[in-house]
Amino acid sequence: MKLGTSTIIGGVLFALAIFVGLFAPWLAHTDPVMGANLMNAEEPPSWIWWFGTDAQGRDIYSRVVHGARISLTVGIVSQLVNSVIGVTLGLTAGYWGGWWDDVVNALTNLMLAIPSLIFALAIMAVLGPGLTSLLIALGLTNWSFSCRIARASALSLKSQGYVQAAKVLGYGDLRIMITQLLPNMLGPIIVISTLGMGGAILAEAALSFLGLGIRPPYPSWGSMLSEARDQITTAPWLSVFPGLAIFLTVLGLNLLGDGLRDILDPQSRSRRT
Amino acid sequence: MHDAAHGSADDVILRVEDLAVHYPIGGGLRGGGRRLLRAVDGVDLELKRGECLGLVGESGCGKSTVALSILGLQTPTRGRIVLDGQVVTGGQSLDRMALARIVQIVFQDPYASLNPRQSVRRTLEAPLRLHGMTAKSEIDGRIEAMLSHVGLRPEQAGRYPHEFSGGQRQRIGIARALILNPRIVICDEPVSALDVSIRAQIINLLLELKETLGLSYIMISHDLGVVEHMSDRVAVMYLGRIVESGDWREIFERPAHPYTQTLISAIPDPLRRAPLATTRGEPPSPLNPPDGCAFNPRCRHAEAVCRRAPAPSLDVRPDGHAVRCWRADEIAGQTVAEPSAAFNGSS
Amino acid sequence: MTAPPLIEVDGLRIDLDDGSRRTAAVEGVSFRIDRGETFGLVGESGCGKSISALALIGLLRRPLSIGAGAIRFDGREIQGLPAAEQRALRGNRIAMIFQEPMTALNPVSPIGRQIAEMFVLHQGKSWREADRLAVEALASVRVPAPERRVKDYPHQLSGGMRQRVMIAIALACGPDLLIADEPTTALDVTVQAEIIELMRNLCAERGTAILMISHDLGLVANVCRRVAVMYAGRIVEERGSDALFRASAHPYTKGLVDSLPRLGTRAALGRSKLKEIAGVVPAIADFPAGCRFNPRCMQATEICRSTAPETTRLGDGGLVRCHHHA
Repeated sequence: MKLGTSTIIGGVLFALAIFVGLFAPWLAHTDPVMGANLMNAEEPPSWIWWFGTDAQGRDIYSRVVHGARISLTVGIVSQLVNSVIGVTLGLTAGYWGGWWDDVVNALTNLMLAIPSLIFALAIMAVLGPGLTSLLIALGLTNWSFSCRIARASALSLKSQGYVQAAKVLGYGDLRIMITQLLPNMLGPIIVISTLGMGGAILAEAALSFLGLGIRPPYPSWGSMLSEARDQITTAPWLSVFPGLAIFLTVLGLNLLGDGLRDILDPQSRSRRT
Repeated sequence: MHDAAHGSADDVILRVEDLAVHYPIGGGLRGGGRRLLRAVDGVDLELKRGECLGLVGESGCGKSTVALSILGLQTPTRGRIVLDGQVVTGGQSLDRMALARIVQIVFQDPYASLNPRQSVRRTLEAPLRLHGMTAKSEIDGRIEAMLSHVGLRPEQAGRYPHEFSGGQRQRIGIARALILNPRIVICDEPVSALDVSIRAQIINLLLELKETLGLSYIMISHDLGVVEHMSDRVAVMYLGRIVESGDWREIFERPAHPYTQTLISAIPDPLRRAPLATTRGEPPSPLNPPDGCAFNPRCRHAEAVCRRAPAPSLDVRPDGHAVRCWRADEIAGQTVAEPSAAFNGSS
Repeated sequence: MTAPPLIEVDGLRIDLDDGSRRTAAVEGVSFRIDRGETFGLVGESGCGKSISALALIGLLRRPLSIGAGAIRFDGREIQGLPAAEQRALRGNRIAMIFQEPMTALNPVSPIGRQIAEMFVLHQGKSWREADRLAVEALASVRVPAPERRVKDYPHQLSGGMRQRVMIAIALACGPDLLIADEPTTALDVTVQAEIIELMRNLCAERGTAILMISHDLGLVANVCRRVAVMYAGRIVEERGSDALFRASAHPYTKGLVDSLPRLGTRAALGRSKLKEIAGVVPAIADFPAGCRFNPRCMQATEICRSTAPETTRLGDGGLVRCHHHA
C-alpha cells in the first residue's frame, strides 16, 4: 500500500504532538506554572528561552510543551466520546430504522442546526470552567457527523448479502451490528474522528480563549493565546508559539484524515477477478 | 387448492400456504394516497424431502420475497409456512436460531455476500459457536470437513474473501449455508453472477451436495437451462402469483401457460437459432396490475375473457400439473417451437 | 473484394499501467468487420473484450492505453486522427450502447432532447427539425406514444424502455457500425428477447454492422454471423457462428459449449454431470506463459506450457490459436 507524502507529513506532525504531550515533564525546561520569575519577564526568544517568556517570566516553550497534554487530551477524549455516541446512535438508527431512526434524525438535525460552539458555551456556562467540564461540553456537542456517517453506512451495509446471511444463521441484532456492520464502517468513522479531533482542539482553544476553558495559570494552547492577546504587538512570541502549535497539530490531523480516507476506502481494495 | 400433494404428509418438508406479502407504498403522514404493492399474492408451494423445486420468474415477480418469507426475514401479510412440521409464521413462530438450523440460503453475488473483514474460518466458526458448539477440536473438524465438501483446502481457511476468485467465493458461501447442517437450502440465482466457465463447477457441486447430505433445494433462477438441469419440479411465478407448476418434464416439454412458453422460447441457445421474442412489452407494475389475468396485456392468446376480472384460478390436473389460464385447454398442444412463428405472422 | 472492410483491427495490444508495471491486458488481437456484417466478441470477465471495443471507439482511458497495432475504419487509420475528427466519427459513424442504460443516459435531460442532440451535433439540423426527428426515432424503436414519451426523463422509464432509447440515440445518425457491449445483461429474458430482435431488425434494415460483446454464447450465436472467442487477452478462435459452436476447434470454446446446461438436454439425454472446465479465470497480472489456457486445458502438453501458439487458418476459413486444435 502506498502512502502519500501529505499523509506521512500529517502522521509525523500528529505523532510529534503525542510525543511532546507524553514526555512533557522531561522535555520542559521549567515548571510551566510554578516556574515564574519576574526577573526574566517578557524575554524575547533566545538560546536560553527558546520561545521567550511571558509577563510573569514563565518559559513559553515549557508552557507550550505542557499545553500539548491538555490540548491533546481534550481533542482525543472528547472526540472519542463523540464517536461512541455518534456511532451508537447512527448504527442503531440505520439498522433498525422506524421510529428510532426518526428520533435520531431529529436529534442530529437539531445538533447540526445549533452551532456546536454555542452549545458547548452554554454547557460550560452551567458546569463552570475546568478540564472535566470541557471534556463533557465538547464530547456531547460534536457527534452529529459520525452519527450521519454511521447511519448511512449501516443503511447501505444492512442490505449486503453477508448481513442477510448472518440473520439467516440466527445472529441477534446486537451481534450483527457489532460483528458485521461495525468493522465494515470503521474506515470512514476513523477518518471523520481524526478530522473531528482537530476540530475539538480548535474548540478547546476558542473556549479557553474566551475564558471558559482551562483557567490560568494552567497552560493550554487556547488559554495561553487568551492571556497573550493584550501583548500581541509588544510581545508577539506569546501568541505565535501556542498558535503555531495549534496550527501544526490541526494541520497534521487534517492531512492524516484525508490520507486515511484514501487508504481505508473499500473502493481502493481491488477485487480479484 | 394447495393439497394436490401426492405422497404422504411427512414427505413434505416445507409447505407454503396462501402466502401473501403486501407493502404499503407512498402516502403522507395521514396515509392519504397510499397504495398497496402486492409483491406476493396467494402462493402455495410444497417441497418434498430430497427434492429440488425450481422457482422461476422475472424480476419483480415475487420469487425473492417468497424466499425471504421462508427464511423468516419477511413477515407475511397472510398465509402460513410450515417447516418440517412446525409452523414458522404467526404467533407461535420459531425463533431465528431454530429456523437457522432448518433452512439456509446461498446468495447470487459471491462478492457482496461475504464479509470482507472476516476470514473464512471466522465466517464458518461464528455460527457454530453461536449454536452451542464449544469444543475447539469439534469446531475445527467440522470446518475442515465442510471445506473439503465444497472443494476448498483446509489451509485456505485463514484467508480473506478478496483472496479468492468468484467461483471460490461461491464455494465459501455454500459452506456457510451448510455449516449448521440445515435440511433446506434456498439457492438464489447461485451461478448467474459467475463466469460461464465456472458455472458448471458450482452446479455440479450443488447437485452432489444435495445427494450426499440429503438436502432439499429451492432453486430460484431466471436461467431456465440451469433450472431444467437441476429441478425435480418447477413453479413459474408472474406478478406475485404462481401461473404454472408441475414436474420438470411437464413444464419444459409441455408448457401450458403462455408465459411459460414465452420464457422458454426467450432463452437463446448457441446451437439453435430461433426468433426469441414471442411477447410484447414488459411486466406491469405490481402496484397497478391489469384486470383479469395478469399476463393478458402481453399474451398473444388473450381474448375478452382474459381481460375481465376475476383472474383465472390455478387449475390442478390429476398429474399435479397446475395452470392458471382461461384458455389453457385451447392453446395446449402448441409446442415451444411453434409459438414464435405464429407470433411473427401477426406482427 | 476490393473495397476495404468497414473496420479492421490489426495486432492490437492494450497496456495496463498500474504505475510501477506495464502488462498487456489485450495482445495480438486482429479481426475485421465488413459493411452490414454482424460480428460477436465473446469471453469471460477480464478477457479483454470490452476494452477492445473501447479502443475501437477511441475511449480508452488511463491506466489503459493502446500499446501497439492499427485500427482502420473505412481504410483510414483512426489513431492518427485529430481529436475533433475522432469525435465526429463517434456517434455519427460508430455508435455504442452499454449494459446499464441508466448510467449512459443523462438523468436531468428529457429523452427526446438527448436524441435530438445527436441530429443537431452531427447533422447540423435545427432544434425544431431535430425534435421532430427524435419523435420518429422513438417510434422506430417501437416506444408507444412517442410524441408524449419524448418529454419523459430516464428515471420514468423501465429498463427495457431505456435500452430502446439508447438504441434510438445510437442509430439516430445512421451509423455504419453499432458496438453493443452486453446490451441486455441487465434486463429480464423476455425483455432481452425483444431488445435483441429490435436491434437485429433495425440494423439489418439500415445496413448497419454490429459488433456485439457478450458473455452469453447463446445470445451471440443468435445475433452474429461470425464470432471471435477471447480468453485472457487473446482471440483463441474466430469462425462463422454455426461452425464455432457446433464444431469448436479450440478446447476452450468446446469446453464452454459443453459446460452449458442447455435447455432440452436433460429431456433428450437424461441428467448427466455437466462437463466442467477446471481451475479459475486468470487475472491480468497472472496470465500464464505459453498458451494462456494451458493450466485449464485437458489436452495441454509440453509445448503448450512453453510456447504461445500462433494463429492457424482452418479449412472453413476460420482461425484458431491452439497447438492441438481439432
